[in-house]
Amino acid sequence: MFIHMLGYPTHFGQMECLKLIASAGFPEKRIGYLGLMLLLDERQEVLMLVTNSLKQDLNHSNQYIVGLALCALGNICSAEMARDLAPEVERLLQFRDPNIRKKAALCSIRIIKKVPDLAENFINSAAALLKEKHHGVLITGVQLCTDLCKVSSEALDYLRKKCTEGLVKTLRDIVNSAYAPEYDVAGITDPFLHIRLLKLLRMLGQGDADASDCMNDILAQVATKTESNKNAGNAILYECVETIMSIEDNGGLRVLAINILGRFLSNRDNNIRYVALNMLMKAITVDAQAVQRHRATILERVKDSDASIRKRALELVYLLVNENNVKPLTKELIEYLEVSDQEFKGDLTAKICSIVEKFSPEKIWYIDQMLKVLSEAGNFVKDEVWHALIVVISNASDLHGYTVRALYRAFQTSAEQETLVRVAVWCVGEYGDLLVNNVGMLDVEDPITVTESDAVDIVEVAIKCHTSDLTTKAMAFIALLKLSSRFPSCSERIRNIIVQHKGSLVLELQQRSIEFNSILEKHQNIRSALVERMPVLDEATFSGRRAGSVPAAVSTSSGASLNRPNGVFKPAAAPIADLLDLSSDDAPTASPPGGDFLQDLLGVDLLPTPAPSGASQTAKAGTDVLLDLLSIGTPPPAQSSSSMSDILSSSHDNKMLLTNLDGLMPHSLSTPAASPATAAPVLDLLDGFAPSPKKKEENGTAYPSMVAYESSSLKITFNFSKSSGNPQTTLIQATFTNLSPNVYTDFLFQAAVPKFLQLHLDPASSNSLPESGNGSITQSLGVTNSQHGKKSLIMRIRIAYKLNGKDVLEEGQISNFPRELLG
Amino acid sequence: MIHFVLLISRQGKVRLTKWYSPYSQKERAKVIRELSGVILTRGPKLCNFVDWRGFKVVYKRYASLYFCMCIDQDDNELEILEIIHHYVEILDRYFGSVCELDLIFNFHKAYYILDELLIAGELQESSKKTVARLIAAQDSLVETAKEQANSISNIIAQATK
Repeated sequence: MFIHMLGYPTHFGQMECLKLIASAGFPEKRIGYLGLMLLLDERQEVLMLVTNSLKQDLNHSNQYIVGLALCALGNICSAEMARDLAPEVERLLQFRDPNIRKKAALCSIRIIKKVPDLAENFINSAAALLKEKHHGVLITGVQLCTDLCKVSSEALDYLRKKCTEGLVKTLRDIVNSAYAPEYDVAGITDPFLHIRLLKLLRMLGQGDADASDCMNDILAQVATKTESNKNAGNAILYECVETIMSIEDNGGLRVLAINILGRFLSNRDNNIRYVALNMLMKAITVDAQAVQRHRATILERVKDSDASIRKRALELVYLLVNENNVKPLTKELIEYLEVSDQEFKGDLTAKICSIVEKFSPEKIWYIDQMLKVLSEAGNFVKDEVWHALIVVISNASDLHGYTVRALYRAFQTSAEQETLVRVAVWCVGEYGDLLVNNVGMLDVEDPITVTESDAVDIVEVAIKCHTSDLTTKAMAFIALLKLSSRFPSCSERIRNIIVQHKGSLVLELQQRSIEFNSILEKHQNIRSALVERMPVLDEATFSGRRAGSVPAAVSTSSGASLNRPNGVFKPAAAPIADLLDLSSDDAPTASPPGGDFLQDLLGVDLLPTPAPSGASQTAKAGTDVLLDLLSIGTPPPAQSSSSMSDILSSSHDNKMLLTNLDGLMPHSLSTPAASPATAAPVLDLLDGFAPSPKKKEENGTAYPSMVAYESSSLKITFNFSKSSGNPQTTLIQATFTNLSPNVYTDFLFQAAVPKFLQLHLDPASSNSLPESGNGSITQSLGVTNSQHGKKSLIMRIRIAYKLNGKDVLEEGQISNFPRELLG
Repeated sequence: MIHFVLLISRQGKVRLTKWYSPYSQKERAKVIRELSGVILTRGPKLCNFVDWRGFKVVYKRYASLYFCMCIDQDDNELEILEIIHHYVEILDRYFGSVCELDLIFNFHKAYYILDELLIAGELQESSKKTVARLIAAQDSLVETAKEQANSISNIIAQATK
């Protein structure tokens, strides 16, 4: 057993225990049962084996052995055992020795918990136990009755009728009893019995006016007479208050109870304060008004040094908040937020946010409070909270100027709070002009002067700050793009910032910066339309989305008007819904259809289509470019009015293209057979206005050449090209150079490829190779990859030649073909 | 109801465990690890209750030992404190100013006493005297059994001489 306590497996001991139990002597049985209770629990099959021994021991003549068996049964019996042994236990409830009776009573508790059906068998004997004088039996009897009431309403009714008065009398006797040394705890006679009686009375009084009436007096007596300077007394008071709170209404007692709790609350002992808070939480449903009176004290407890108490108090405050007191309470909480310790901040902010959201009387107050929270503990704020904030901001059109200025100020002081930065960047991007021109000034704010470059500064800070994560940076890019059209004077500077990130290692940022750069450079005419202020976000949609339901009617006014004219995304309601999806999706490569990609292109996460309505009216050229933007990676413009299915079919290419943007190789890859008509590769559509397919094919030769093989004597270089219209076939021009001082004769190059490749070797230009690189042999190879796009090329080569009349053989494997070939 | 009782030393060593609800060995080890981490790090002035996985854990420190009991949310924490104290007083009376070493070497006796105090996670006896009396009676039963065994073996030993 000691081994077991140290945590080692003790299966070998289980059988030993069983043997000990089955033996005759008391010491053996005692050890055996001890081991049994320690090593086994009710879920183990071995336990079934003891049922028989238990049964024998329950009928044993030695009362101690019966006690042991009952104890074991009470601690570990399973449902089957409970069924088998219930009659024995029931019989033992009437045993002559009180110690056995009490054990049997507790055993019965276990049995009825395991098998509630058996409850009715025990009702009568349990009621009989309540008349006992022996405290131990009485306690266990009361407990048994409490549990009976829990599992069976029948028992509850029965006991309520028969025993309430008796119990009240018992309780009164105990309260008034003289000093009894045997049961005395800190000057109170048997607090345990007190508490259990009160508990049972609570069960009986709940929902029954008569029974409640019956116990009023005694409860008042307990509540007033019990001394509260010791833990035991407090325990009784606590239980008493709980009983008062749950029995049927009695105004006077309630006041008494709340007053007791008030006293508890100001107690110096942490434990008492803790239970008081706990109790008040329950009391608040009964009598909120009374609890409100203790608000100040409760608020004080939120600042307690003890985490358990703090947590309780915070929950309580959360329940206390209503429309009338939300302002002062929030103020207090936010003030405390400034000084609270790190691990508590998370909880606290979550609660403040939900309070503010639930009860905010006006928008300006909501925005104010949220900004305070963000600047204090922005890092603890959950995504949906700041999403909600942005929705509110965008809806409060008269407060745009105010908000953006407040955010600007907050940003200056607490730029390390991630979510604050995000919201600030978003607002600066959207309402940057309001920031600079002090539009919509409210009386309450101090005037500030912000120049255009100041505004750009903060976005730049957000991008450069190393702690900013991907989402923030991406949002900052969009803000920059928007600012560039709001502040034409800073346009050049913004472009520089964007260009810096062209080489970013993060695909998302790189892609974004390149796209934006070309918008800035080449598409001036549509830029302003593209980055127009965002339409007001639909609050209902947002909340619906947050609730996890997919909104039936997405407010795609923007998205739809943008796309319909092009006819591309007509059936794409769902992907467009993604535009408004505020959840961040930073993995464009993972998102299947073009619609998602569109979302990524025009609005990261939060920033759905800035372009909207303007686009449809812009000149045809503009629309085209926009279209290009939208359909990067999808078939070229001419094709883009085709149906959605086309786009879906080429979504595969999108992905490939996206991956390839990585390398930024202008290459002509072409789509697989699925859409041969669109085979013309899409080559950086942003760069040229719909470049012609031919041009792109010319670009196709621009694969890097590679050194396929090099030894001390020989070097082979491969030059690649793709045959037009057939992406699967790669043409390789092999050039062999002799590095040794001797001439090679009878030169023969052989190559072998795996099954998914087909190799075609053209004759070599010569079969003798001059010494020291004075000349070379060229030979063309054609490799057709049947698994184009999935597997890369691989090749095994063998070169044979004669050196001074001797045969020489060299072999090698080439697997490092350029990735671009893969398409 | 009490779900389990743990005695943990200040160094995090387990001195006694008693489970009234079914926990597998793995869960037990996990519970002990988690709780000793939480409880041992709490400061002395803090309250004796910890919220833990929807239960409450009431603990109290006596010298170098932490007595922990895990109870339901709606149980009376203050009463559990009294029960812990009750148990400690009985141990104290039985061993005569109990210390950690008593519990290490006589852990089985600590279990017997606990069995007389709690069954099925409920309090069984509120009188210290009764518990002491019952334990003493059972101990003497063991003693007589031992003596008998000894005397029988003595008799046999003498007889075979």
